[in-house]
Amino acid sequence: MAPKEFCKMLSRSKPGPGDGGKTGSWRVLRPVIDLEKCIPAKKNKKACFTCWLYCPDSVVSKTVPPSINLEYCKGCGICAEECPAGAIEMVDESSFIVEDK
Amino acid sequence: MYMIESGNVAAATGVQLARTQVIAAYPITPQTPLTEKLSEFVESGVLDAQYIPVESEHSAMAVCIAASTAGARAFTATSANGLLYMHEQLHWAVGARLPLVMCVANRGVGAPWTVWNDQQDSMSQRDVGWIQLYANDHQQIIDTTIKAFRLAQTVSIPVMVCYDGYLLSHTYMPFDKPDQEKVDAFLPPFTPRHFLDPEDPGNFNTVTLPDIRPGVDGTIEPGYMEIRHNLHQELREAIEVYQEIDREYQEQFGRGGTPLVEEYRCDDADYVAVCIGSLSYQFRDVIDLMREKGAKVGVMGIQMYRPFPDQAIVAALADRKGVIVFEKALSYGNQGPLYGDIKSALYSCEKKPALSNYILGLGGREIKTSQLIDALTEACAGQAAEDAPRWIGLKL
Repeated sequence: MAPKEFCKMLSRSKPGPGDGGKTGSWRVLRPVIDLEKCIPAKKNKKACFTCWLYCPDSVVSKTVPPSINLEYCKGCGICAEECPAGAIEMVDESSFIVEDK
Repeated sequence: MYMIESGNVAAATGVQLARTQVIAAYPITPQTPLTEKLSEFVESGVLDAQYIPVESEHSAMAVCIAASTAGARAFTATSANGLLYMHEQLHWAVGARLPLVMCVANRGVGAPWTVWNDQQDSMSQRDVGWIQLYANDHQQIIDTTIKAFRLAQTVSIPVMVCYDGYLLSHTYMPFDKPDQEKVDAFLPPFTPRHFLDPEDPGNFNTVTLPDIRPGVDGTIEPGYMEIRHNLHQELREAIEVYQEIDREYQEQFGRGGTPLVEEYRCDDADYVAVCIGSLSYQFRDVIDLMREKGAKVGVMGIQMYRPFPDQAIVAALADRKGVIVFEKALSYGNQGPLYGDIKSALYSCEKKPALSNYILGLGGREIKTSQLIDALTEACAGQAAEDAPRWIGLKL
């Protein structure tokens, strides 16, 4: 038997964005970072990044200031829960719909 | 080199010659001496492997799955309720297409408790998708175990090597231990097609959706049905693959030639008894005795039960007057599992042999040659051709 293509034998995925589609559409609450409180933003240097570390979907960037990729953020709120500075607030998505108009 | 040892040690020796890298097992009668021998091999340095003791058979299979996913050649063994406790992981191992090998020392299943031989344990696992090979004596146990590793890694499907508990696992017989060098040539180091690699991270066996869908890079990924269909197709192809592997083994070691079914005095036989495991060798005495009296009978042992070698079975049985299936297992409320499979395979034949089914030896009930002669004589006289299985040696 000739070697078979392994991809036909089982389901597998590589790390990367979007294997489950644009999961940002699942979000009910949106994390909003208050840069006045955010440690790396305040100190203007790479520090803390607790949100980056805890995000189960790896949508928080390790940048100054940190940013959240809303195309894939499911709004779980773990970042808000873990932020030692209390800099992240979970805001109802409906309020942004009004703003978009 | 000839050895005189138990069937369990024959299996352990095969596993050692195959240079197995990870062994995880939980002891259960009558498999226990096999795992004891393997831990002895590992402890003494004869086998360079990780022996991972576990607290259950479910964990034993889980460890083997993990080891195999990491690219190791892995092995476990069990019997009876231990095999059933593994059931969920058996499905996983084959769905994940891992080239595991497992020996099953066949034992009856509780309740009520029995530690003695029948084949209900492995027969009840026939639909999980594992390849099932049955050995009839100690030489076949060691040879089949070595071939099983080659088959498993060729087709990426796990293989069960089954042999009768006590009748083979604990009895002593002479057998040839193949040379390590020749086994190494036959079974080169295992290089898995895909394995967990920190340099190239990925998820295996991720959730599938009911339909196919594009993956991260846009290529269409198979759905559950496509993956399962592929398994079925490649299981069917494994029949031919195993024949090729057996041919090569025969060239190298001088033994084999009956990878699917093993016939004895069947050439001109009008009536053929069919069974699985050591019973097919015990039956040779029956055939010889009946042949002396002029009965045209033969016996066929099934060596590969899954995938079911239906074409070979039809070729061997199609023109007989009668086919009599003797089984140490039962699909409760129906009939013997092998009987059902053989009947289904012969359905397309123009001239169908008369078929009958006997259940015997459950829970280690002794099988006497005289009982087999009576049953086969009865069947040859056309007195047993009915669907309901008849029971041999039942004391009501």
